[in-house]
Amino acid sequence: MIKLKGLRKDFGPLRVLNDVSLEIPSGQATGIVGPNGSGKTTAIKTLLGLVRPTGGDIYIDGKLIKGEWDYRHKIGYMPQTARYPENMTVDELFTFIKQLREVEQSNEKELIEHFGLEAELEKRMRTLSGGTRQKVGAVLAMMFDPQILIFDEPTAGLDPQSSVRFKKLVRKEKQKGKTILLTTHIMSEIEELADYLIFIVEGKVRYHGPMKELIEKQQEERLEGAVAKMIEETVA
Amino acid sequence: MKTLTILKYQWKDLFRGKWIVGYGLIYLLIADAMIRFGGAGPKAMLSIANIMLLLIPLVGMIYGALYLYQSREFTELLLAQPLDRKTLFWGLFGGLALPLALAFTIGVGLPLIYTGMIVTAQIQSMLLLLVLGNVLTLLFTALGFWLGLKFFDDRVKGLGFALVSWLFLAVLYDGLILLTVFSLGDYPIEKPMLALTMLNPIDLARIIVLLEFDISALMGYTGAVFNRFFGSMLGVGVATACLMLWLGIPLWRGVSLFNKKDF
Repeated sequence: MIKLKGLRKDFGPLRVLNDVSLEIPSGQATGIVGPNGSGKTTAIKTLLGLVRPTGGDIYIDGKLIKGEWDYRHKIGYMPQTARYPENMTVDELFTFIKQLREVEQSNEKELIEHFGLEAELEKRMRTLSGGTRQKVGAVLAMMFDPQILIFDEPTAGLDPQSSVRFKKLVRKEKQKGKTILLTTHIMSEIEELADYLIFIVEGKVRYHGPMKELIEKQQEERLEGAVAKMIEETVA
Repeated sequence: MKTLTILKYQWKDLFRGKWIVGYGLIYLLIADAMIRFGGAGPKAMLSIANIMLLLIPLVGMIYGALYLYQSREFTELLLAQPLDRKTLFWGLFGGLALPLALAFTIGVGLPLIYTGMIVTAQIQSMLLLLVLGNVLTLLFTALGFWLGLKFFDDRVKGLGFALVSWLFLAVLYDGLILLTVFSLGDYPIEKPMLALTMLNPIDLARIIVLLEFDISALMGYTGAVFNRFFGSMLGVGVATACLMLWLGIPLWRGVSLFNKKDF
């Protein structure tokens, strides 16, 4: 279980995360929604230790992660804009990360096949298209079969076919009991994949709980309507 | 173990880029030419030292900062992995500083060997030259790293500061010292001058070279003061300590900046 307690992050005078406290349940998929610049990516990055919080604590499986790094063995992360060392080939990148994690076993072969990356393995990262890079990122996130999967706008650069394949994979991981955290602007995707919803506006959590409850509460048929209503309420 | 994995990848990447080979070749050409035209004696070594004192700080600082900017993707990728930030910092630093030092050592060392200077000339002077070059490489790469981290999101600023720092330390500083000597020549300023020299690693290295080749007499009265001070055990100790401080402080600041950085 991931637990955020009073999490704050300031970038200079700008408060990006404002006292965020919430729990992300294990073995479920949680979607984080919110307008652009609401702090979704920052929240994820603090979870990974990429961004140092100004205040507050993060616990993963009951353990404080401040100053720790070993816990990242449990996490697979797919960033929003996948940027990788330009001169590396795809295959080298996978090998390198495997060596770095000191893990022999990985299901990279299946994943490469699943995303149809076989023809790209010998190409250098800088020659790849944005979508292909995203796929490489997806493989990197899932190849070690980690307990927690974090996807930051995973399908933003993917073509429809790959997007469908990706979602299929996420559902499979969910069935395996993985904790999944994902951000996206595509509400239907959240509806499809997530059970749990976190709604952030301007660094504050406006809603967090089961998705169904929100839809019922807002008396809407679809999530999109419920979220839009909620944004209007917060602005007003 | 993990540091080694990182280093291995970076070295491969660096040598694939080939410019590091070019950097070594420059030293090879310079050293070769100096020995060819200056004869296999202290004169050639002095010329090599003079060029090294300009080139190493420039390349170290500029490329130190540039390298950090170039490795941004690499850094971001690795930080999401189970990896200590300190390990990553030393991996990045070693990934650049060690190949630079190696390129210098081979570039200067090879001509010394194949011209036979290694047998005829004083081994102590040659060793001093090589060690000094290596220390300067580490030192200025560390400074470049520190500047790069300080201005991580503003590359132009970072590189600009690196360039200006080099200009100041390598060129302007001497002019300022000279100006001080000229204007305050009537006062007993040897001691403050000594202190001023200690504050600049390039000057420090230069004085060590001058003393080793015993031409401090050319520097007149101040030279005699330097000679008396640096010639003593205390002088050598203080000079070494100063160089180590110059190496240690940027690295220490660099690590702590890197530790606190948001990516």
